[in-house]
Amino acid sequence: MQQIPKEMFQPAVANVGEAEKLSKPSLSFWKDVSIRFRKNKLAMFGLILLILLVFMAIFGPYMTKYDYATNDLMNTNQPPSSKHWFGTDELGRDIFTRTWYGARISLFIGLAAALIDLVIGVLWGGIAGYRGGKTDEIMMRIADILYGVPYLLLVIILMVILGQGLGTMILAMTITGWVNMARIVRGQVLQLKNQEYVLAARTLGASTSRIMFKHLIPNAMGSILVTMTLTIPNAIFTEAFLSYLGLGVPQPLASWGTMASEGVQALQYYPWRLFFPATFICLTMFAFNVVGDGLRDALDPRLRK
Amino acid sequence: MLRYISKRLLYMLMSLFLIVTVTFFLMRAAPGGPFSSEKQVPPEIEKNLNEYYGLDRPWYIQYFDYLVSIAKWDFGPSFKYKGQTVNDLINEGFPVSFFLGMESLLIAISIGVLLGIIAALNHNKWQDYAAMVFAVLGISVPSFIMASILQYFLAIKLGWFPVARWESLQHTVLPALALAAMPMAFIARLTRSSMLEVLGNDYIRTAKAKGLSQGQITVKHAIRNAILPVVTYLGPLSAQILTGSFVIEKIFGIPGLGSHFVTSITNRDYTTIMGVTVFYSILLLLSVLLVDIAYGFIDPRIKLAGGKKGE
Repeated sequence: MQQIPKEMFQPAVANVGEAEKLSKPSLSFWKDVSIRFRKNKLAMFGLILLILLVFMAIFGPYMTKYDYATNDLMNTNQPPSSKHWFGTDELGRDIFTRTWYGARISLFIGLAAALIDLVIGVLWGGIAGYRGGKTDEIMMRIADILYGVPYLLLVIILMVILGQGLGTMILAMTITGWVNMARIVRGQVLQLKNQEYVLAARTLGASTSRIMFKHLIPNAMGSILVTMTLTIPNAIFTEAFLSYLGLGVPQPLASWGTMASEGVQALQYYPWRLFFPATFICLTMFAFNVVGDGLRDALDPRLRK
Repeated sequence: MLRYISKRLLYMLMSLFLIVTVTFFLMRAAPGGPFSSEKQVPPEIEKNLNEYYGLDRPWYIQYFDYLVSIAKWDFGPSFKYKGQTVNDLINEGFPVSFFLGMESLLIAISIGVLLGIIAALNHNKWQDYAAMVFAVLGISVPSFIMASILQYFLAIKLGWFPVARWESLQHTVLPALALAAMPMAFIARLTRSSMLEVLGNDYIRTAKAKGLSQGQITVKHAIRNAILPVVTYLGPLSAQILTGSFVIEKIFGIPGLGSHFVTSITNRDYTTIMGVTVFYSILLLLSVLLVDIAYGFIDPRIKLAGGKKGE
């Protein structure tokens, strides 16, 4: 056996501070979520796609010299070419320009509907959940009754009567659309309000609105965010669907739904007129769906590795 | 159980009451009376018509009459097609829509569940990824785009199926597929995730330790529990198929209630829109109720007496 001289041993210096040191810097909840989200390739792909779509919605219409509404009857139903990148429609309007104008409208409808749902839903669900008792009972019964009303049928009826337009469409979508958000927020608040930190905040004399906005809502943010990202594709779908029924935004405004519904009628002879708006409807819905799924997975602590 | 059902029934009636009321007052607010058309009707005739249909009476009487007639399953006349009632339209169109809907329901559930199970059993293998890519794509393609794609490629280009119309079973394949695509994709995802959760349970391990084969475990133990979320989805699913049928029937030229509904929207045939909407609402609310009740029977863990939805 090899002899080890005594000089080679050294006493370990007990460093009190060092012992307490964590092996990994502690991460805030959102940092953790963002790391997990970035590991999800499909969701990242969706996010990049979304950024591209938003970029094109902002700048796309300026990339050509055409206007979305100007007719050019000498050049109707042109196939895609170097002059008209996506071709032209039956009135000779440039489909590339119209597609990106349509992107603005579709994205605007999606975002606006989701935001309005968010505001009403968070307030309604938050108050019902936090107050509890009779208030909760009455508010949630109202929500239950609205929840039972078939969504698309109500939207169709409203659009028929109120007339076509961006504003009426968003109103029609949000009139019962917020119920889902309210239910989710209420569920979260019910769960959170009995936690010790809420009790502590209340003992310290925090007002109800402070507890609500500083403690409850931020902690429920995960589910709220996921619900929102999944509301947007739904709204975009509803817009396309309504446009298809002839209840969309009025001409000459371009929306993907109206463009697709015009394209379907010309499918046999001019397939590109359906192809472009249809592709972008699908891409946008796909992007929001995978981002929403990715967020849900990233926010779920049970999936933490 | 009985208490639960009666409670649900009450809510259903309230939702229905709400939608009937909303449609009634919206329709009253609609621009132009039902008899104001391009052709000028002499005022005496208009007065007589209004009297005949009870439109000269105060609104609360009209409203009450309307509620009574709905309760009697009478959805009123069509104002655009003379001599035809909404009931006629329903009797004529609904069987067709019902057949189409059932066919796509069957396709969506059977293929969706199968895909989900295959994906879950091969978790993180290529079958899983393939099924899930398919599912995400399916969710992202609206039914009317799917319909146009199928029609263009399978009917016009390849000629495998008839392009449109409603004559033989062959004619039903493409519309049913187009209608089923989105729910099918959703069911596949739902089944996969619940299947994965179930497969991680202890009793599955017990079954495996007992020496059961993978097939037996899947069929006898896993699927029965994994299928529950799919059952809860049946309510929204029927809503989706029903509303989807509007455009699908239009695209494929199917003489169902959905295409009648779309035509009445284009014609602004207010009474028909109103009647069909109420009919559809009754249908949807009933199917959601049935699903909820069925859920209670299928899953013995859920006690419905608490009045909470089976969650």
